[in-house]
Amino acid sequence: MINPARFVTFGNAEPVELGAVPELAPDEFGRAVVAAADGGLRVGAYFGTAEGQDGVRLYAILLDDLTGSIHGACTAFPLGPFPSLTRECPQVHLFEREIAEQFGIEPVGHPWLKPVRFHPSYTGRPQPWAGSDGRSPPVGITNFFRVDGDEVHEVAVGPVHAGVIEPGHFRFQCHGEDVFHLEISLGYQHRGIERRLTGGPGRRTIHYLETLAGDTTVGHTTAYCHAIEAMTGTYAPPRAQAIRGIALELERLANHVGDLGALAGDVGFLPTSAYCGRIRGDYLNLTAAVCGSRFGRDLVRPGGVLFDIDAPLADSIGALLADAERDTASAVELLWGSSSVMGRFEDTGRLTREVADELGLVGPAARACGIGRDVRHDFPVGIFRFSHVPVSTWSTGDVFARAYVRWLEVQQSIRFIREQLRALPEGPVLAPPPELPPEQLVVSLVEGWRGEICHVAMTGPDGKFQKYKVVDPSFHNWFGLAIALRGEQISDFPLCNKSFNLSYSGHDL
Amino acid sequence: MINILLARYRQGRRTMKYPAGPPPKLPARFRGRPSIERGKCGSECRACVDACPTQAITINGKARIDLGRCLFCTDCTRACPDGAITFSQDYRLATDSRDDLILEDNILRLAQGLKGRALRLFGRSLKLRQVAAGGCNGCEMDVNVLNTVGWDLGRFGIQLVASPRHADGLLVTGSVPENMRLALQKTYDALTPPKIVIAVGACAISGGPFADHPEVHNGVAACLPVDLFIPGCPPHPLTILDGLLRFLGRIEGDGDRS
Ligand code: SF4
Repeated sequence: MINPARFVTFGNAEPVELGAVPELAPDEFGRAVVAAADGGLRVGAYFGTAEGQDGVRLYAILLDDLTGSIHGACTAFPLGPFPSLTRECPQVHLFEREIAEQFGIEPVGHPWLKPVRFHPSYTGRPQPWAGSDGRSPPVGITNFFRVDGDEVHEVAVGPVHAGVIEPGHFRFQCHGEDVFHLEISLGYQHRGIERRLTGGPGRRTIHYLETLAGDTTVGHTTAYCHAIEAMTGTYAPPRAQAIRGIALELERLANHVGDLGALAGDVGFLPTSAYCGRIRGDYLNLTAAVCGSRFGRDLVRPGGVLFDIDAPLADSIGALLADAERDTASAVELLWGSSSVMGRFEDTGRLTREVADELGLVGPAARACGIGRDVRHDFPVGIFRFSHVPVSTWSTGDVFARAYVRWLEVQQSIRFIREQLRALPEGPVLAPPPELPPEQLVVSLVEGWRGEICHVAMTGPDGKFQKYKVVDPSFHNWFGLAIALRGEQISDFPLCNKSFNLSYSGHDL
Repeated sequence: MINILLARYRQGRRTMKYPAGPPPKLPARFRGRPSIERGKCGSECRACVDACPTQAITINGKARIDLGRCLFCTDCTRACPDGAITFSQDYRLATDSRDDLILEDNILRLAQGLKGRALRLFGRSLKLRQVAAGGCNGCEMDVNVLNTVGWDLGRFGIQLVASPRHADGLLVTGSVPENMRLALQKTYDALTPPKIVIAVGACAISGGPFADHPEVHNGVAACLPVDLFIPGCPPHPLTILDGLLRFLGRIEGDGDRS
């Protein structure tokens, strides 16, 4: 439960004074986080900032889906070991590894302490996994979990994969075809974005946000702009908010339809695979009709959007959307009526609701386990305050559920876009915000197509970002994929992987 | 079964005629090849240089845009007080050399493509291994699009293959982080010679938005010899296809007909 004395409470895209975030003693902080998670709250972000030359300040951002409220607290201590909370609160497992990697400090008692992105620490301190010379092993070298036994074998895949996809390393412990355990080791896409966001905003800032996960450009830029607008007390004009909403749902449509096609491809069902591959392009082209870029580049900016949708454009998007909708329905519905597809989708890669909750999964992966979690519904801001999108869930937690939830969401997104196009508010689309005020903190949540995008912006005394924390939904969900593979056949890995379709670049930053 | 046939009928034949027919229509707001109108450009002003996120514009007597660094973001267009920088609908951007990407006096020397033995070897069948190395997944997605039925890359004898052992060359995307350098090198080493390398996107050519981060190597050329540069962030599928077809000598000149 949330003890109000220990946390400051605020809402999505609502600024608080940095000084208003309670500073707790380290052990009290740990207890408060564990108690909140036990009481059903989720860890949206858990990260460190440098505190002087030789200290660190940890922030916990906890989310209450039921009330739509956000709770923050912090603790500070000199650089050095700190007690791990992972055993009592598994949701923080990867956050603690990230803190260990960035600051070179050990979360004592962490059961799975390994690098996240394989970069040197920010502080110059040796990382917990460093050798006696203080240096860490290069990417991909870590103490992988191993199962021993005469008939157990190990399969290593990546970083370079067979398809045109991002790099990552997967290591399976197998008994025949059966997977005992899958370990996922990433970091190959690490290009230092989060570090470079500190000290901003600068001229590259918005471009970093656009390219930290290129398939989620609208999601991440919208989260960023909500944060800036909240801090500066500006409101993007209603018309701009509607256009952002349209773009966000087009992004969801393109990716969901593409995923449904790719899932069909992974079980060798070529009709849907071929059709959806093409139809995905139709949705991308609608985004390009709005802003010239198929991925929504240069559309969302602090204070609004750079491109308007005038009446003729709204009409033509509406007409093309109707075509795409019919094509999508005819392609996707084949899946549910085909026993060869359903035979592969059903009961494959199953996750229980309990595990999904314990790991803090987000997005379609969580909703496919029956969890009604959706930022658009639980923490609505922008256009979603006014136009509601029903939350789509399914309860079986398998590949089928993750596919079917996407199909339900596709239909909702089309309905939403059509509604917005019919009733675009009048007025301008851009009202540029002033400079950022000093010493503020904002948490900005957006439901990207993969799930909850969480940004935490903090300004220092100079009004520059003292920290800009990005949590891509993939950061929560990669471990869900690893767990979903347990007990599955290794040949079902591509199918399970695609049913999550997580971001490497968004994870590695 | 009947539903599958009905859907097949409904979806129809969707492969585009290009390059035998016109290229697919680009959206009105598409941003292709930029140009700087010298008459309008006040030479003392550096507004575009200061606005550009990737230092793509340099002014030394005259303004030049390095298409290898450019994100086609138009921050420069908005910053320019004289309206001197515009972006056209011209999607053709691929070049043979890095230097050719530096646009001076708005002249762009498009890729001339393979010659002689290389053309004989690869002209009718080119197998490429794609390596994604430190981008955002945007370029990868628009490379993948070429395999959809609309674009059907296979009809040109170009195929993205699963193993470097089956490939004639690499198609590399991304800024090449230190964490991918070895994997990229090993993949290259696994190809049998003669081998080619194609750099797709601003990241692979210059590091893109991540240029000069200590974590990355500013693109492929730091590690491997590059034979074809296809700029953009990400390049439109049509830009990529145009580059590949020029490389194989399938199109020349304005590129609208084979
Ligand atoms: S469009 Fe290209 S040259 Fe202009 S500001 Fe953007 S990156 Fe720089």
